[in-house]
Amino acid sequence: MKDLHTMKVYEEQGGYRSLKKAFAQKPEEIVEAVKASGLRGRGGAGFPAGLKWSFLAKDVFPRYLCCNADESEPGTCKDRELMLKNPHMLIEGMILCSYACRVETGYIYLRGEFHDLNFNLEKALEDAYAKGYLGKNILGSGFNFNLHTHLGAGAYICGEESALLNSLEGERGEPRMKPPFPAVEGLYAKPTVVNNVETLCVVPYIVNEGAEKYASLGTEKSKGTKLVSVSGHVKKPGNYEVVLGTPIREIIYDLAGGIRDGNKLKAFIPGGSSVPMLPADQVDVSYDYESLAAAGTMLGSGAMIVIDDSVNIVETTLRLISFYMHESCGKCTHCREGTRWLYQIVERIMQNKGQLEYIEKMEDICDNMAMKTFCPLADACVSPVVSSIKYFRSDYEEYFKNVPVSSV
Amino acid sequence: MSGFTFSAEQEKEIEHIFAKYPFKKSAMLPLLTLVQRAERRVSPEAMVAISKKMDCSPAYVQSVMSFYTMYHAEKVGNYLILFCINISCQLNGCDKLLEYTAKKLGIKVGETTPDEKFTLHREECLALCTEAPMMRINDTYYGDLTEQRIGQILDSLD
Repeated sequence: MKDLHTMKVYEEQGGYRSLKKAFAQKPEEIVEAVKASGLRGRGGAGFPAGLKWSFLAKDVFPRYLCCNADESEPGTCKDRELMLKNPHMLIEGMILCSYACRVETGYIYLRGEFHDLNFNLEKALEDAYAKGYLGKNILGSGFNFNLHTHLGAGAYICGEESALLNSLEGERGEPRMKPPFPAVEGLYAKPTVVNNVETLCVVPYIVNEGAEKYASLGTEKSKGTKLVSVSGHVKKPGNYEVVLGTPIREIIYDLAGGIRDGNKLKAFIPGGSSVPMLPADQVDVSYDYESLAAAGTMLGSGAMIVIDDSVNIVETTLRLISFYMHESCGKCTHCREGTRWLYQIVERIMQNKGQLEYIEKMEDICDNMAMKTFCPLADACVSPVVSSIKYFRSDYEEYFKNVPVSSV
Repeated sequence: MSGFTFSAEQEKEIEHIFAKYPFKKSAMLPLLTLVQRAERRVSPEAMVAISKKMDCSPAYVQSVMSFYTMYHAEKVGNYLILFCINISCQLNGCDKLLEYTAKKLGIKVGETTPDEKFTLHREECLALCTEAPMMRINDTYYGDLTEQRIGQILDSLD
């Protein structure tokens, strides 16, 4: 829709209508509604949003709300588009969340590279203040809420919520030990809600239309809709909103137009680079949290990366390992060293200097990285490695065929 | 150490930044960003100036600065080209395009042209995967890149 990013058009479309409705209710009722809607965090972990809100330490104030707009999971570009085209929906969602959680100060943590978006958001915030949707005594409700933007400076790890909080406090963006979770000790050691852009954007719908209506969409356990960023070897890459439970085949072949250049589907990564890839024969899996978990992967951030049969999977795997090696903050040894070792081994394999035992070595390293670190970055690096070995071992073996005897 | 002072306009901006946070320390990244954008790098002198504003040591400023990839100790060109090489762009042929861009500029990846006009960096995912391959030049995103389009974009920048 044209000019939806402006206050005028957004209001014409019913924008900010939910605030009056919300202020007529008790904050706890909104939390209950979000719980009942079944909305789960859309950033990657899929944690139930209402439950997260209800974990806030009781009677400790002030509390903070941080919107995680550090979108940097490879393949994911939904939050950028949401904020570019519909910034007021995010602001409205954040006001509702703050009212529900009794928060008076909020920050939108934007990744530093979104400096252009910052201008748009600042303008949207200015308009919202002018209209009395932000600031003191919003719409005569007695509720105060101030919202600011905060720019990061280029660090993938700051998308992890505790690293994001450290970064927002002006420190190096290293993850914190958990527990305590941010709901108990978050920003400035106060109870803090951290939610992804897309998650917060859903809240106005739930308040306007009711939890039941939202929960009527999707599967038994995965409720509502999800934005899927489809990229890679498809004819029509783009961000598509799908009802959870849609078959992956429909997303790749109908929405995104299928595989281009007459090639065939080889593999797809269903939830951003941090989740295990699946081979083409699993294309009929349904796109929801439970079905993907049963298939051994995750819905993650909702980034569908489609890979055709012109590619040797080892090449893409090396590129992903290189990414995690670069983005590892270096705090935990397993991650800092493990990502580098994996990189060196796969690089050697690609130079035809590998041998079969290398695969065993890689699996061993992955074993020592998974679930052993402060944050899931190490696990994220393990995902493409383990799944590529599991499904595309023959791609590795291609490189062992021409190994000169002297190098082994 | 002398050599760096904030302009009157920057001082005003800094006041505005401090007002956003209940604690001063949160202003660290915004101040570094302010300097980086004005000077195209964060010099040791600027670190000292920031440390005075933040009531911390210059070493602490440097430790934070060195964590984030968008702050540069060496001055970058007028136009900083961040060329995405992550998975979606890789699948769409970014490697050849990056090579083409470097050749066209006559520099290697990571270098700055002698006239300080362009700096070319390899970059991780910038969140425009549906328009891969893509690059970002200063604050502008450019998607659906081809050799021809890159040529046109670079030529259009003075």
